[in-house]
Amino acid sequence: MKKSLHARANTLAASEAQLQLLENGIFQSGELPKFSEQLKHSGLAPLKKRQLEVLQINLGYMCNQVCAHCHVDAGPDRKEKMSKIHLERCLELIKVSKVGTVDLTGGAPEMHPDFQWFVREVAALGVQDIIVRSNLTILVANAHYASYPQFFAEQGVHVVSSLPFYKKEKTDRQRGEGVFSNSIEALKALNAVGYGQEGSGLQLDLVYNPAGAFLPAAQEQLEQDFKTSLATNYGIQFNQLFTITNLPISRFLEYLLASENYEDYMTTLVDAFNPAAVQNVMCTNTLSIDYQGYMYDCDFNQMLAIKVQSPVQHIDQFDPTTFAQHPIAISQHCYGCTAGAGSSCQGALVE
Amino acid sequence: MKKSYYQPEDLKKFKAITNWSPALGEKFFEYYNSVFAAGALSAREKSLIALAVSHVVQCPYCIDAYTQDGLQRGIEKAEMMEAVHVGAAIKGGATLVHGVQMMGLYDKLSM
Ligand code: SF4
Ligand code: SF4
Repeated sequence: MKKSLHARANTLAASEAQLQLLENGIFQSGELPKFSEQLKHSGLAPLKKRQLEVLQINLGYMCNQVCAHCHVDAGPDRKEKMSKIHLERCLELIKVSKVGTVDLTGGAPEMHPDFQWFVREVAALGVQDIIVRSNLTILVANAHYASYPQFFAEQGVHVVSSLPFYKKEKTDRQRGEGVFSNSIEALKALNAVGYGQEGSGLQLDLVYNPAGAFLPAAQEQLEQDFKTSLATNYGIQFNQLFTITNLPISRFLEYLLASENYEDYMTTLVDAFNPAAVQNVMCTNTLSIDYQGYMYDCDFNQMLAIKVQSPVQHIDQFDPTTFAQHPIAISQHCYGCTAGAGSSCQGALVE
Repeated sequence: MKKSYYQPEDLKKFKAITNWSPALGEKFFEYYNSVFAAGALSAREKSLIALAVSHVVQCPYCIDAYTQDGLQRGIEKAEMMEAVHVGAAIKGGATLVHGVQMMGLYDKLSM
């Protein structure tokens, strides 16, 4: 198994090194416009927050997989995880902010020792939409996780799962040998407890991201392809497919540089800049929290260690009513959110 | 002037052909977009046909464009290569079938 950038002591493990790359080179020479200039030029600057609707909590960077494109640089060698004190503070925030969506991510959030306790507590607060971003393979990794589909169903969790493709070859190349067949097994287990089945109210969405340096095709069309193929070949049902563009961060950035695709990929993103996608980018309604309780405008900024541009950067002192008062911290990675039909954790942003 | 007839960045400037003849250029692109919209054939099938034809006419711009288009649509390596073989087979066949013309003429003119 490949290791994380951290374990390999790769220079890109440091977020400053990644930011340096994104700020310099073709963007410094003026060959491509910086994201801030592009926004200004399109009359869309500054990017502003609206209302806090989604709390995205990163429970930690531990994961049973080491996907080649991972923007978190997660893996079995990463041990960072949120402390119980911070989890409790998150619960308070959920209560006072009355957010409609709590989005649990990682790494593999299920690997957090307090995961089940935390999900129960969030559910007890009556949150409308509790998302767990599951990599699927964790659900069949060992006997301990076999009961998780049932647990998800009992708590009414909304499962959002990554499955890069509906065929083995592309999935395994991006996520590791054997990932496809394990994912199929996990999807069957989720279907068996009602997920993706009509009338069950148990939502199972899949996430597609391109296995390489290109943009995703139209979400609707890919969703159709996924649905037909998974139903015909494996009898699997799911609700929606979200297409997500790979952002030039962490291991995907490493891949872009190693394959000499970085400049072309950034050019593709810039050329595909879509002003219509800008108003709905995630940072306008989401707050991302890291395992130490620090706050970011999105999960990508978290990985680049660009904290919220506010005097209060930690959940301990945070007052959710102040959410919209501060500017959004942007850099060139933001082009990934505005290319083509746009991209977010909920998929495309425009039809 | 760069020392190559083909520049990869020219593909992105394709739309500029409209500048010197707006009416014809716009008509072409309108037609082009209609051709590639899903109809009796799916957009995916059309993408594979375009890839095969790109190879037959040996246009590097089209090969670039339809390789990327195929990747985005999730078309697989094997499907793309089979499409290229269809193009190659037709092109090879088209050469060879003229051999019948040669044979006929040869025989007609020979004692
Ligand atoms: S992409 Fe997801 S499943 Fe893969 S290593 Fe990263 S966190 Fe784990
Ligand atoms: S990368 Fe983050 S900050 Fe930048 S546009 Fe996307 S959501 Fe907003």
